[in-house]
Amino acid sequence: MNFAKRLLLELQEISLLAARAARGLFRTPHYVPETIAQMDSVGVGSLTIIILTGFFTGGVLTLQTYQTLASYGAVDQIGYLVAISLVRELGPVLTALMVTGRVVSAISAELGSMVVSEQIDAMRALGTDPVRKLVAPRILALIITLPLLTLVGDVVGIAGGWAVSTFLYGLPSAMYTSSVRDGITTDDIVGGIIKPLVFAFLMGTIACHKGLKTEGGTVGVGRSTTSAVVTASIIVIIADFFLAQALQVILGTSTK
Amino acid sequence: MMSQASIDRPDHPAPDNRVSDNAAESTFREVDDTDRAIPAIEFRNVTMVFDDRKVLNNLSFKVMKGETKIILGGSGCGKSTTIKLVLGLLKPDEGQILVDGEDVTAHSEVQMMNVRRKIGMIFQEGALFDSLSVYENVAFKLHEQGVPEDDVESEVRRMLRFVNLEDAIDKMPAELSGGMRRRVGIARALVGDPKIVMFDEPTAGLDPPTARTICELAMKLRDLEDVSSIFVTHEMNNLDYLCSEYAVVNEAGEVVFEKEGEKLCLINSKVLMMRDGQVIFSGTDETLRKADDKYIQKFLRGH
Repeated sequence: MNFAKRLLLELQEISLLAARAARGLFRTPHYVPETIAQMDSVGVGSLTIIILTGFFTGGVLTLQTYQTLASYGAVDQIGYLVAISLVRELGPVLTALMVTGRVVSAISAELGSMVVSEQIDAMRALGTDPVRKLVAPRILALIITLPLLTLVGDVVGIAGGWAVSTFLYGLPSAMYTSSVRDGITTDDIVGGIIKPLVFAFLMGTIACHKGLKTEGGTVGVGRSTTSAVVTASIIVIIADFFLAQALQVILGTSTK
Repeated sequence: MMSQASIDRPDHPAPDNRVSDNAAESTFREVDDTDRAIPAIEFRNVTMVFDDRKVLNNLSFKVMKGETKIILGGSGCGKSTTIKLVLGLLKPDEGQILVDGEDVTAHSEVQMMNVRRKIGMIFQEGALFDSLSVYENVAFKLHEQGVPEDDVESEVRRMLRFVNLEDAIDKMPAELSGGMRRRVGIARALVGDPKIVMFDEPTAGLDPPTARTICELAMKLRDLEDVSSIFVTHEMNNLDYLCSEYAVVNEAGEVVFEKEGEKLCLINSKVLMMRDGQVIFSGTDETLRKADDKYIQKFLRGH
């Protein structure tokens, strides 16, 4: 099979998996406990790394741009700049990438080992559809928690920016907060939530697909995990570009 | 054999064409009704291709009700593939597969789920869910069906007693030895009392006494529970056990295993030997041992 054919086949398989998982959500039995357990491990489990990356990203944004803004005499706009970059762009993408590293790898490694040790076959043999029992709860958990994690990342990042501008550069606290409040619009926040919804769906399906496609023993698990993380990261960044463009058109922010 | 008469009788037509002509060759003990003449599993000219390699080539065989079909063959000859085809875990490229007279070849995954409920499958390494305890593993099917917890517990205990592992109920799979994992796998497969059971090399890599225990479980199923099964193996001692001994309940109510003697016909095991995805032998173990084929002799003797 040549490259284009393989790519198409992969795309078809991913779409079918996503469709089957989506259909599974509306049929009994509903795997609510599984979904909640996944939300706990995906969401609550990722909280620490999201808080850390968010805080320091906001901090470094301030650190790098403060001098430039100062030379234009626009330091009162620092909060606006930090907030807008975080909410529109860095929050969703960085959160998605961090969660990819932590969760996508875990999902595909877990499912991959289950394939290799015949646990997936065993589950099917016992009359349970692994797509509904394993795939759907994972994708759903990602879709629910990733926007929340992104919001946390945004807020903590803005706080990080505030900390640097106040404690390092001695900017009055109120100047920072008011420029944040004035700068951000509802559209920015809506866009910042739509993005992670799409990312989560893409990441979840890629992770599950790669995991379930594992073959070739433990080496295969390593290979599919790597491939899942790499594919998901690239897809997130590519999707981010097109989403940004689409959102500009839909929300009319391009003319601003 | 008494079965022959009742099947071949012309005034006793078989339901549609599901009973094939030579069904009477099989050695089942007795025919209570026409239903028993329908093979539990039937393969008709099944061909399976992986990439460019023909894993199964025009494979046809039947497993009658209550019969244990021992499939022998070297590694990579398509034994495990055969079992996975029965469960619909794989789909054949050509041919038909019938389970209980029902053609499952074209079944969708959803339809296949109903067929799978009739079948118990024991995987090579047990394939236990390692995130779940022994109890949850055995209870998996019942939990999925939403059975009340009290009933689940009594059923799980009954199954674990059958494989003699009730003490391990709260352990995790990682804490179990290879033989114990296999036995938990058997307990899990037997929940719901399936009438068809697949064994995929259940004794591979086990010490002889443990392997013997697994074979005894298979004999108990065959002789006491009237289960039809496919027993895939490449270990000759499994063949010896399954073809020369049978399980009975003695006066004290205990299950004992007796060597075949006068009651030769009691043992309902047939042997199928595969090589390169094809059947090279089908019959009883006695005829297998007398077969002229060089490969078979080499396989039996090991040189």
